[in-house]
Amino acid sequence: MDKFTQLQGLVAPMDRANVDTDMIIPKQFLKSIKRSGFGPNLFDELRYLDEGQPDQDCSGRPLNPDFVLNQARYQGASVLLARQNFGCGSSREHAPWALLDFGFRCVIAPSYADIFYNNCFKNGILPIVLDEAIVDSLFKETEAAEGYQLTVDLEAKVIRTPAGREIAFDVDDFRRHCLLNGLDDIGLTLENAEQIKSYEANRKAQSPWLFS
Amino acid sequence: MAGKTLYDKLWDAHLVQERDDGTALIYIDRQLLHEVTSPQAFEGLKLANRKPWRLDANLATPDHNVPTTLEERKAGNDGIEDPVSKIQVVTLDENCDHFGITEFKINDIRQGIVHVVGPEQGATLPGMTVVCGDSHTATHGAFGALAHGIGTSEVEHVLATQCLIQRKMKNMLVKVNGKLGKGITGKDIVLAVIGKIGTAGGNGYAIEFGGEAIQALSMEGRMTICNMAIEAGARVGLVAVDQNTIDYVKGRPFAPKGDQWAMAVAQWQDLHSDADAVFDAVVELEAADIEPQVTWGNSPEMVVSVNAQVPSPADQTDENQKKAYTRALEYMGLNAGQAIKDIKLDRVFIGSCTNSRIEDLREAAAVARGKTVAANVKQALVVPGSGLVKQQAEAEGLDKIFIAAGFEWREPGCSMCLAMNADKLGAGEHCASTSNRNFEGRQGFGGRTHLVSPGMAAAAAIAGHFVDVRDVLNADAAH
Ligand code: SF4
Repeated sequence: MDKFTQLQGLVAPMDRANVDTDMIIPKQFLKSIKRSGFGPNLFDELRYLDEGQPDQDCSGRPLNPDFVLNQARYQGASVLLARQNFGCGSSREHAPWALLDFGFRCVIAPSYADIFYNNCFKNGILPIVLDEAIVDSLFKETEAAEGYQLTVDLEAKVIRTPAGREIAFDVDDFRRHCLLNGLDDIGLTLENAEQIKSYEANRKAQSPWLFS
Repeated sequence: MAGKTLYDKLWDAHLVQERDDGTALIYIDRQLLHEVTSPQAFEGLKLANRKPWRLDANLATPDHNVPTTLEERKAGNDGIEDPVSKIQVVTLDENCDHFGITEFKINDIRQGIVHVVGPEQGATLPGMTVVCGDSHTATHGAFGALAHGIGTSEVEHVLATQCLIQRKMKNMLVKVNGKLGKGITGKDIVLAVIGKIGTAGGNGYAIEFGGEAIQALSMEGRMTICNMAIEAGARVGLVAVDQNTIDYVKGRPFAPKGDQWAMAVAQWQDLHSDADAVFDAVVELEAADIEPQVTWGNSPEMVVSVNAQVPSPADQTDENQKKAYTRALEYMGLNAGQAIKDIKLDRVFIGSCTNSRIEDLREAAAVARGKTVAANVKQALVVPGSGLVKQQAEAEGLDKIFIAAGFEWREPGCSMCLAMNADKLGAGEHCASTSNRNFEGRQGFGGRTHLVSPGMAAAAAIAGHFVDVRDVLNADAAH
């Protein structure tokens, strides 16, 4: 998992409440043997005018010009601004995989569905919870100024707007530690690499046939 | 201080780190991989730029999706007709090649069902921890190894760290006293155990199988029993190491050699529960009471003797049980009170990680020899567990016995156990199957599975309905 310390990035607004995981990545894409490559199908039904098929080349598909992520000014966005209860519905981990693959590293919303919220941390995405009123002000600023960027400082637990406003946010210490250091479950276990190695060395001395 | 159980010993020997929250980091000696549960694990490794911690601890083979007809199989991966199946098998090959993991590919003579291949290669050894992304990994516990199934994210965790985060289970002893009757097998024992303790009886436990009847079993029989520990709710099944175990392992490709062999055998002597070990639960059965078992419903605990009748929901005291029985009778198209022997069969499946080893095939062939599959049986399949089992069976002429009797002799794989490839039951069809799960739809939509031993399956194929395999064996002996 990539570390998350500071992110300065373009903001894209997803002005819609209760965005569920089926909307984030529709079920026909779950048969894949991969966890990467979901980016082109992120928000598939909203983004394209035709029905998406797995393993299809999406570059030639008709885009929905009204969908926000299709607008030129939001290309390359890495911060997703969203409304309440983002990520509800099925527990599929494909949802954060798709967001990540598309390029989002941070979501800002008033609230999230629980499992989605947890899955974000496991995959190196920072989901930030802010007051509804603040989120609303960010939506207004984003829409008003093309190229609107936010700086997310996880170390300091603050967001900085282009105008220099600082917005504090809260995040569980343990999760913050994991994100700052790029630790998923595997990363955490690997923090004990020395202990594993010394166990292994003993075992090898005792039962060498297990290592050939 | 009380002595340790076998499970305690294996646990202690693999403890890398204990944590305050009751979890522990456990070292994994062997990981077996197959095509269904590994792709996202490998993908995760690549995305995180990680490498497997220890390549030589891993061994892979495709099994769930491989076709079992010679025709499809001849063309290797290209012969796999179903596109999703094919992509999984091809992906396993690519991942193993990419990372340098040993794999027995589709037409390698050593390919087969992962739980047959591990022991056959000596890749499963006494005292090891063995994991695989498949719930029937408990099979390997027959060797006094701590073995259980894991999920895809854990497969990735083991690949990357050689460890698993676990909580210790409780200890259960299932003791089978006395001697088994003739024609009674490990399959009958384990079905009888599940009938007795139920499919949730082993929840949270590691079950050690012991007692005179277990000690007298071959390694194949012990594997059959441990294989189905999961159907009794236990993720782990175990049998203590004895001379049988050591004789089976000796000389296998991955087994220790030379000086190391002597060293290993010396260490393995301790792989049994101490005489004063305390178990959290003990269940005892008398081997002499066990008759050939047949499941009649959609849970492995819905099991009776072949000489019994289909039970009645009305005799059940528990309301939920009553409902489950009623639902099962309806799905299975059976009537309460009907004799098991009156159940007619449409198909017969001899195979799966429960019963596809050489001894299983010998047992079935002994029954089928010189006879013919009944006219009402549309298909009787024999699917060896691995290429090497197939080769051995052919060297003994078992294939000829089966083919002469009207059975189909197939290439190794999981096949009709879970109907992921073309081998399936039709709706409403009854199947005598040596596999391990009789869930609704497991062997095909609407299919009706009856779990039995290989001898019972062969006898049912010949008769066209269930019969007591002991009657067949006695009649043959009288000739
Ligand atoms: S034979 Fe059946 S139970 Fe065994 S691994 Fe294959 S599918 Fe699973």
